[in-house]
Amino acid sequence: MKKKEMVAMLLAGGQGKRLKGLTKSIAKPAVYFGGTYRIIDFPLSNCTNSGIDTVGVLTQYEPLVLSSYIGIGSDWDLNRKNGGVFVLPPHEREDGSSWYRGTADAIYRNLKFVDQFDPEHVLILSGDHIYKMNYNAMLEYHKEKKADCTISVIDVPIEDASRFGILNTEENLKIYEFEEKPAKPKSTLASMGVYIFKWEVLRRALLEDGEDALSSHDFGKDIIPALLSKGKSMYAYPFEGYWRDVGTVNSLWEANMDLLSDNPPLNLNDPSWRIYTRNPNQPAQYVAPGAKVSGSIINEGCIVRGEVKHSVLFYAVEVGEGSVITDSVIMPKVKIGKNVRIHKAIINENTVIEDYLEIGTDRENEDEILLIDNRSKKRKSVPAKTI
Amino acid sequence: MKQLMGVINLDHELDNLNELTYFRCGAAVPFASRYRLIDFVLSNMMRAELESVGLFVRRKYRSLMDHLGDGKSWDMNRKHGGLFILPPDWNDPTDTSLGDLQHFHNNLDFFKRASAKYIVHSGSQHINTIDFQELYSYHLQKGADVTLVYKKIDQLEPEHDPCLRLEVDGEGNVTNIHHEKNHPNIYLDMFIMEKELFLEQVEYCIAHGESFFFRDAIQKRRDKLKIAAFEYTGYHAVINSLSSYYKNSMELLNQEEYTDLFRDNLVQTKIKYEAPTHYLESANVSNSLVANGCIIAGTVENSVIFRGVQIRKGARVVNSVVMQKCIIEENAVIENVILDKDVQLSRERILVGDSKRPFVIAKSSKM
Repeated sequence: MKKKEMVAMLLAGGQGKRLKGLTKSIAKPAVYFGGTYRIIDFPLSNCTNSGIDTVGVLTQYEPLVLSSYIGIGSDWDLNRKNGGVFVLPPHEREDGSSWYRGTADAIYRNLKFVDQFDPEHVLILSGDHIYKMNYNAMLEYHKEKKADCTISVIDVPIEDASRFGILNTEENLKIYEFEEKPAKPKSTLASMGVYIFKWEVLRRALLEDGEDALSSHDFGKDIIPALLSKGKSMYAYPFEGYWRDVGTVNSLWEANMDLLSDNPPLNLNDPSWRIYTRNPNQPAQYVAPGAKVSGSIINEGCIVRGEVKHSVLFYAVEVGEGSVITDSVIMPKVKIGKNVRIHKAIINENTVIEDYLEIGTDRENEDEILLIDNRSKKRKSVPAKTI
Repeated sequence: MKQLMGVINLDHELDNLNELTYFRCGAAVPFASRYRLIDFVLSNMMRAELESVGLFVRRKYRSLMDHLGDGKSWDMNRKHGGLFILPPDWNDPTDTSLGDLQHFHNNLDFFKRASAKYIVHSGSQHINTIDFQELYSYHLQKGADVTLVYKKIDQLEPEHDPCLRLEVDGEGNVTNIHHEKNHPNIYLDMFIMEKELFLEQVEYCIAHGESFFFRDAIQKRRDKLKIAAFEYTGYHAVINSLSSYYKNSMELLNQEEYTDLFRDNLVQTKIKYEAPTHYLESANVSNSLVANGCIIAGTVENSVIFRGVQIRKGARVVNSVVMQKCIIEENAVIENVILDKDVQLSRERILVGDSKRPFVIAKSSKM
């Protein structure tokens, strides 16, 4: 293999338990987002748009959908003769076998994969964030600072800071302390889970960590603190722009809703930074006479006969006459009957919603987003009186 | 083994869609919000798993080649077989062939290299969802030399005028082929025959100074061949004039026609990476087909909107076809209009065509 300046390693093995039924049979990075995408489309498209052509995708939990989705990577222009995208599941080795024990362990067990490209730098990404970012600009910064490790950070409100890994830096953004979910955060610079390491430095740290029986083999908990304590040169790279962790049903819903304003903070229609995805190849969407659609994004293959307000419809969704959908996310191939009401809900793919059902219209706690699939809908929805 | 190979013959198709075919051939004309006419026949061939498909082009095929690429979108980027685009390029001074026969003669290797035993021939103007495997079984069962495909039309329209008609007897054999305008059996420009026989006919016609395969090898020699007729009954539209283009585009807004054509979502096209369409708060859309990548803030009624179109606040689009990447600025109005790709319509601009004769704005115009 030809030498690469930087190889990306995308951590995509997580189950994402807090997404409940959405990750019952697929890994979190394969969860749908934004009318046509899956979460993993964002880091993969960022790689392509940043000119990174070699990406290892580390899978573990329910990898079938994810690996068949990625395929040979042609949808992201990552089908390359030299490089491209590689799906890297846990594997058996001479010294035994086990699952990836943590994020760092996943990279440790794929040292040989990275080594074959002999890179100067390695980019570590996670598959559960929605953002558009030029990793190449970050690499330039990393090289300029002559850093051993650069961590991308975003400024978060101080009241949210304790949910993140918080970096404390000197004025020149040199990191002196990293605190995972601190009770009393000292700064508002939250780690985005995007790291660039000098491969040589990371390689040594992974080898040491791999031998350490007490380690949890995690980047945030083990590798980064260890490198800090050794006095390695580590810098924060401030990112400005839209970034969202979509690890819970509520945050996934919110991130979808963020797309719906007239000038959304995340522009999906930007020809200079396309988000690539596998195209389901559906006919154009049909909006029937009498239908009403506003403040919404709707994908191809949908047939809308009712009213869709402030909602996201994935491909091949059908909405029957007289139905009203508000503030909701409807996953692919959902069939919604006539005179249905859906409010503040996520309807999982392939769900059939019978005529006259009401979902989420009559509840006390509007902060909770209902998640409906074919199993749950009988329990969670109440048939309304016949109109 | 794959028994069938395809021939898509654009040689005799006239590019008579006015502005829409100034810079592209008929097969490359955009249709139904996100497709081009060629997609329908290619998708039919893809579904029937043909071994290879030869596309015979003669004029204005730059945009067609751009659209087709290596045939990947139709699963035709094969190691063996797949899609072959065959432009006319030949400088044999001894070659005396003419018309589409010249094409076939010049590409004998394409035919001979394929292992398929039968040839399925089609044009691109008859939009349909025919099952070529069904046609193949029918052809074998009839033991015919050639089987022609027709559709019985209940109500003949002006666009059917140029089409050939088939007279069919009670046994499903073709008894006559002619141009009589009142005959309802429209020939769909599609036939199936054995490759060997096809090549024999090509040689024979060239030897006799003839120039068009269908006319000279089949229509004229009708008595020497056993010609069967296959009746196709599904979705059908002929796009051979601007008015038929417009009329059939509008008819897709009819739910039955839409589901007939797309019932199994099997029509493939070149993939574009567009975001889903964004309807802003002020959008007001009804009875319309809308492709992805659009941003709609205005009013759209009874219209077909292609990918990446922007319709700004206060703009009104009625009974119109708006192709890829057009921008309709605030308060502009179009009614009975076809906008080709990349047209920009400035604010307050009003364009109204006739429902029988829509106004057509050529590609990349700024108005």
